[in-house]
Amino acid sequence: MKIKELVEKYSLKELTKIYQPEREISGGYSGDLLSDVIANAKKDNIWITMQTHLNIVAVATLKEIAVIVIVMNKEVPPETLKKAEEEQITILKTELTSFQISGKTYPEIL
Amino acid sequence: MNNEQSLIYNQLFEIKGGNFIDAGSASVNVKKTLKLIGIPSEIIYRVSICCYEAEMNIIMYAYRATLDFSITPDKIVLKFNDEGPGIKDIELAMKEGYSTATSEMREMGFGAGMGLPNIKMNSDEFYIESEENKGTNLFIGIFIDRKTDNHDKSEEIA
Repeated sequence: MKIKELVEKYSLKELTKIYQPEREISGGYSGDLLSDVIANAKKDNIWITMQTHLNIVAVATLKEIAVIVIVMNKEVPPETLKKAEEEQITILKTELTSFQISGKTYPEIL
Repeated sequence: MNNEQSLIYNQLFEIKGGNFIDAGSASVNVKKTLKLIGIPSEIIYRVSICCYEAEMNIIMYAYRATLDFSITPDKIVLKFNDEGPGIKDIELAMKEGYSTATSEMREMGFGAGMGLPNIKMNSDEFYIESEENKGTNLFIGIFIDRKTDNHDKSEEIA
């Protein structure tokens, strides 16, 4: 599934620009502990998290995560979005919980 | 250790403790350099994990540190030397799940107690020495021709 298709299908809110709308998402990881994500997430994953601190951008950059999805409509600090724009990391938001959005996207992104 | 002649690349970074704004930037720079040089992605993957975990340990606990990043034909070396509180019990710090992180750090997603174990798991050479109230030195070596095998690692506790 491409990033732009993900945004449309699950009505995700765009917090940053969508940097690579045509990029194919391959697999995903749900997690809020950065050491866990840095150890286990893979390139081109969707990363589902409730973590909004700006360090998520460094983690996503290092792991070449395709897109970050923030759950439960959590507020994302402006410095995180600024950093994401510098590194061209797409951040999206949903009102769903990690469990719900992981379950919904799982069959199509796995 | 490799002599200076065999160095392909060397860069020194300064990392400031408590600077969460730039946290991870040294690791991102290291990764970008490795990509530019054309190091295989599975090696970059492991270097990134090691570098990020070590950098975040400094941001969280130390006052200041240097990262000496070098590439030789055989391996990538990351040497972190910090001034800080040091690690009281290295053996305990190496245990998965053990952490001295504050609740604030945990709220930011740190303090899983996986930092040093992650570094050990993803490196080929790993040495740590620490002195309480003085600082910690970390040596991380990752061989370029090796892929994902993690055996034959050495650890020295000084």
